[in-house]
Amino acid sequence: MKLLLTSSALALAAMTTGAMAQDATACLITKTDTNPFFVKMREGATEAANAAGINLLTYAGAIDGDVEAQVAAVETCIAAGAAGILITPSDSRALAPVVTQAREAGILVIALDTPFEPAETADATFATDNFVAGQLIGQWAAATMGDTSGARIALLDLNASEISVDYLRDNGFLQGFGVDIMDPTDIGDETDERIVGNDVTNGNEEGGRTAMENLLQLDPGVNVVYTINEPAAAGAYEALRAFGLEEQAIIVSVDGGCPGVQNVAEGIIGATSMQFPLRMAAMGIDAIIAFAADGTRPENTPGLDFFNTGVTLVTDHPVEGIDSITSQEALSLCWG
Amino acid sequence: MAERSTASGQEFEQTLNQSDTSVADFANKRRAPLQRVQHTLHANPTLVPIIVLAVAIVAFGLIAGERFFTPFNLTLIMQQVSIIGILAAAQSLVIITAGIDLSVAAIMVLISVIMGNLGVSLGVPTVLALLLGFVAGAAAGLLNGLLVTKIKLPPFIVTLGTWNIFFALNLWLSGAQSIRSQDIDANASFLKFFGTNIILGSARLTYGSLLMIAIFLVLWYVLNKTAWGRHVYMIGDDKEAAEMAGIRTNRTLVQVYMVAGFICAIAAWASIGRVGAISPQSFYEGNLSSITAVVIGGISLFGGRGSILGALFGALIVGVFESGLRLAGVDVLWQVFATGWLIIIAVAIDQWIRKVSA
Repeated sequence: MKLLLTSSALALAAMTTGAMAQDATACLITKTDTNPFFVKMREGATEAANAAGINLLTYAGAIDGDVEAQVAAVETCIAAGAAGILITPSDSRALAPVVTQAREAGILVIALDTPFEPAETADATFATDNFVAGQLIGQWAAATMGDTSGARIALLDLNASEISVDYLRDNGFLQGFGVDIMDPTDIGDETDERIVGNDVTNGNEEGGRTAMENLLQLDPGVNVVYTINEPAAAGAYEALRAFGLEEQAIIVSVDGGCPGVQNVAEGIIGATSMQFPLRMAAMGIDAIIAFAADGTRPENTPGLDFFNTGVTLVTDHPVEGIDSITSQEALSLCWG
Repeated sequence: MAERSTASGQEFEQTLNQSDTSVADFANKRRAPLQRVQHTLHANPTLVPIIVLAVAIVAFGLIAGERFFTPFNLTLIMQQVSIIGILAAAQSLVIITAGIDLSVAAIMVLISVIMGNLGVSLGVPTVLALLLGFVAGAAAGLLNGLLVTKIKLPPFIVTLGTWNIFFALNLWLSGAQSIRSQDIDANASFLKFFGTNIILGSARLTYGSLLMIAIFLVLWYVLNKTAWGRHVYMIGDDKEAAEMAGIRTNRTLVQVYMVAGFICAIAAWASIGRVGAISPQSFYEGNLSSITAVVIGGISLFGGRGSILGALFGALIVGVFESGLRLAGVDVLWQVFATGWLIIIAVAIDQWIRKVSA
């Protein structure tokens, strides 16, 4: 399959060199092609590319962290004479050399979803503002509680590596809730008495359940549960339910996957911050088209080192002062 | 003892009188205390994990305080280790034959997805979905077994390959998307049978925890009290000798991998009850955790030695360490650190016990 793609890419390269500039080629390289988030991203890119009449080549690693496959994909795109590359880097540092090579070949490189380190490795980054995503659910949780002095907060994070999306969502949530977050790039350094503890979930149901059990062991009175994503939230709910405590706690999460939105509709998750992989990819394709036409480069959102593709709060219990959509509206926008 | 007349023999034999006259003497000599310990452990390899488990429970009871040493927490640990524990049972079987099965967790997750797709998404009667899942689990084991015996590939390579294959099939069949707890409740709640609680005071035993113990007891009986079980040990100890003794080693090996696959399918059913949902992304490192439990349980990776009950204690030791360290407020990365040392120390002790002298 990969071989087939590569050879067709080379054939395309031969064609594009002879063709006119508007016959541009764009590349989309995702971490995997199984995660619904990336599947949706590819859908968005394909749609936008078809609408604009440009060629789109898509590649993916076998698993998250498959750096070699992504390096090979970038090299293929260079060989194919692509005008631009959209990439969700599996490793935000290791891909820098090959990306630099692509840019030196005159290709516009845009990081989608996951920024490079440093962000300037790519021409631009189109991503969800994960700090804001956390902030929204934090504010919602605080407003829903009213008096937060009796809050007992459980924080269900991703894993021990503390990658950027992990600390951004966690600290965003805490700041939104009204906790002094100390170092904004560190998880678990807060001294607020209301925090019961942090545990890791690996972003899946099994981890979410175990982590919630552990934190309930520390304090069975937990009444606010932050989760890194919706599968972890579903696991946390299972743990609470097994302890007969599901009524006492508000669960909030981030992502906007369809099963997660369904869980908002059923009252299992109180609120979730939805991100938009489809829009992210479509905007990326538009940027490549603009660059191929007259060389304009995308600009960052003022005040950020990336272009914010937006995040929306989904809840069926809206609170005043925070814009949100209902789970019904969200079901038509969710991914996966 | 040979009797010897002191006067007999030629001249050059006279000095024999001063030599040691005992022949092949196996009688107990006095041993240094450490040697005695080594000997006892050699005779009872499960003793090490039992001692470690007991010491760990007492130590964490002192360090982490009352919260650790409650029936509630101790039964919670049982719940939390139950899935890895069942996988460790399957893993032990294979390791006793001097093999290794890297695909156990992948088989389990794949089977849970198959059970879920059939029972929840396609509306197949739950019992039939479970049966088909068991058959698929045994078939996955059969594939491993045939590759090991017929193509004669090392078990490590075979199961490294099938781990990836089963994981890919799992992602394909599930679309990398979980089946929600509520959908299971609505369509096939029997899939969550093993999540049912038995509440005794503050203790909460799930059927899943009891299932784990039952599986270990059955396997212990089979391995120690049946001819098939002794064959499994013999194959692990010396496959060629077993063959010469008339054991159909390849057939037994295929059966071992099939039984392991079948146990993984049981684990799949139990995991649906434990997790609540059917989650294709869960237990990605479950194979390594199961090997960890087996190794800490004193089962030799070289095959043929160790009691399967050791793996149960191994799984519990990991659970006790994680729970204890957490309740003591230790960061996650130090829990991982501690598990690493446990493995190394466990294997070091195993090596030392194997060096026992007569």
